[in-house]
Amino acid sequence: MSSLHPELQRTALYQLHMELGAKMVPFAGYLMPVQYPAGIIAEHHHTRNKASLFDVSHMGQIKISGKPVVQLARLLEKIVPSDISALQVGRQRYSVFTNGQGGIEDDLIVANLGDNLYLVVNAANKHADYEMLQKKLGVDCQVTMLQNMSLLALQGPIAADILQRLGADLRHLPFMGCQHVELASIPCFVARSGYTGEDGFEISVANKSALTLAKLLLNFEHIKPAGLGARDTLRLEAGLCLHGQDITSLTTPVQAGLEWVISKNRRQAQGFQGSSVILEQLTKGTLDKLVGLRLSGRLPARQGSPVLDQQGQIIGTVTSGTFSPTLEQPIALGYINQAFSKPDQEVIVQVRDQKITAIVTKLPFVSHRYYRI
Amino acid sequence: MAKKTYYTIEHEWIEVEQDIGTVGITDYAQKQLGDVVFVELPSVGKKVIQGKDMAVVESVKAASEVYAPVTGEVTAINQDLSKQPDQVNKDPTGKGWFVKLRLSNPTELSKLMDLAAYQKFIKGLS
Repeated sequence: MSSLHPELQRTALYQLHMELGAKMVPFAGYLMPVQYPAGIIAEHHHTRNKASLFDVSHMGQIKISGKPVVQLARLLEKIVPSDISALQVGRQRYSVFTNGQGGIEDDLIVANLGDNLYLVVNAANKHADYEMLQKKLGVDCQVTMLQNMSLLALQGPIAADILQRLGADLRHLPFMGCQHVELASIPCFVARSGYTGEDGFEISVANKSALTLAKLLLNFEHIKPAGLGARDTLRLEAGLCLHGQDITSLTTPVQAGLEWVISKNRRQAQGFQGSSVILEQLTKGTLDKLVGLRLSGRLPARQGSPVLDQQGQIIGTVTSGTFSPTLEQPIALGYINQAFSKPDQEVIVQVRDQKITAIVTKLPFVSHRYYRI
Repeated sequence: MAKKTYYTIEHEWIEVEQDIGTVGITDYAQKQLGDVVFVELPSVGKKVIQGKDMAVVESVKAASEVYAPVTGEVTAINQDLSKQPDQVNKDPTGKGWFVKLRLSNPTELSKLMDLAAYQKFIKGLS
C-alpha cells in the first residue's frame, strides 16, 4: 500500500500502525491510520468508556520564541483575535487565524510555556500557517516548525490514571492546562486537551522516543489504538469544528458560533484581522449560523447535503455529517439561515432523493467531560 | 440446476439459481467500507441495469454505490438490513445479502468472474 503513495510522509509511528493492522489512508500529505481492525465504532466506544491512543503527529507544532513572552503575545495578537497577553504560564487557549474579511484561515491552540509560545495547527494548513507566521512575525521573533516532535493524543476517562502510572501526577492540571513532565523517564510536554470531548491529553514527544512511549501506553490493558475515523465521529459528537469543512476562509467566527474566541478587550481595541466585519456581525448578527442537526432514521447526511424548510426552500447546507455511535442516529453540522437556527427547530435534510426530518440541536451532541478543578 | 456464484470488479457477488440471483457485497468490500450503518435498497419491482447504481451502502465514513451485477428486476430485498445493517460486516455473503433479482439476460454472467478469478483479482489490489 505504501508503495502507492511514495510522496506521502510517514509519522514516527508508521511501522507500529502497520503492525497493529491499521488501514492507512492519505491525509494532509501523510499516510495516516483511519482505523484499526476493531473498526471505527468500537474505537469510538472504547475512547468514551476507557481511553484510546491517537497518532496526531501530522499536525503542525510551531514554537514562537526569541523575545519575552509578553512581547511574543503582543505580536501574535496581530493575527489572532484572542487575548494572548492574558494567557498565564502553563495555560493554553483555542483561537483562530482570521483574514481581512473575517474568515478563518485556520484554528489553533496557543500555549504559554513561560519562555515561548507553542502552537498546534491543522496538518492541512501547517505550511501555509508557518509561512504566514514567518512573514508577519518573523522579523521580530523566531518561528520554528518543530519537525523533530511527534504528537500523541491519549483520550478518555482513564487517560489521567494511565499517565499517573507512568509517573506523572496530573491531578492539579485542569482542562487546557499544560506542562513538561516525564512519562517513564521520557521528557514530554503534556496538554490536558483534545478533540473528543473527553478528558485526555495531547503529548508532544521527540520523534526518537515516540515509538517507545506509544508502546508503553498500548501495553496497558485498557488502552487501544484509534484512528482518524473515530477521531472524526468523536469530535462531531462533541460539536467541535473541523477546519476545511465546518469553518473555512469564507466563514467567520461569528457564523461558526466561535465568537467566544474574540476576547472582550480585543473587541474594544479592534484592529485585528477582519475586525471590521467581525465586530459588525457581533452587533448585527449574521445571515446564517452553524448549528447541530439530529436526523431521524439511520441514513447519515454528508458534507454538501442541502437543508430545506417545510416548503422545500433551501435554507442551508451540511458541512460535516456522520452516524453517531453514542446516540445511534445520524448527526451533522451545517450552516442554516438564522431564522431556522434555534434549538428544536424542525428542518429537512436532503440526502440523494430522500428527504429526512432533522431537529436543530444545541451543541455538543454528547456532553463534554473535561477535567475542571 | 446447481447454484453458482459470480463476482464483479466492483466487489458485488451474485448467487444464481435458475433465473433468480441473490446479490450482496464481498467480504473484501465490507472490510474496505468499515462499519456499515445504513443500506439504501431499491424497491421490489425496480428494474436495474448491469453496472449501474442499484443500492447505496453508508459506512461511518462515507457513502458507497453498489452496482447491479446483471440486468434484471428486483424480486425481493433484505428487510433485516434496515434494523441490522451490520449484518453486511458480519456475514456479507450470507445474512448480509441485499436483493434478489430476476435475470433478464443470463448471458451477461459471462462478463463476471468466478471465485478463483475474483480471488486473484483482489490479490492484485493489495
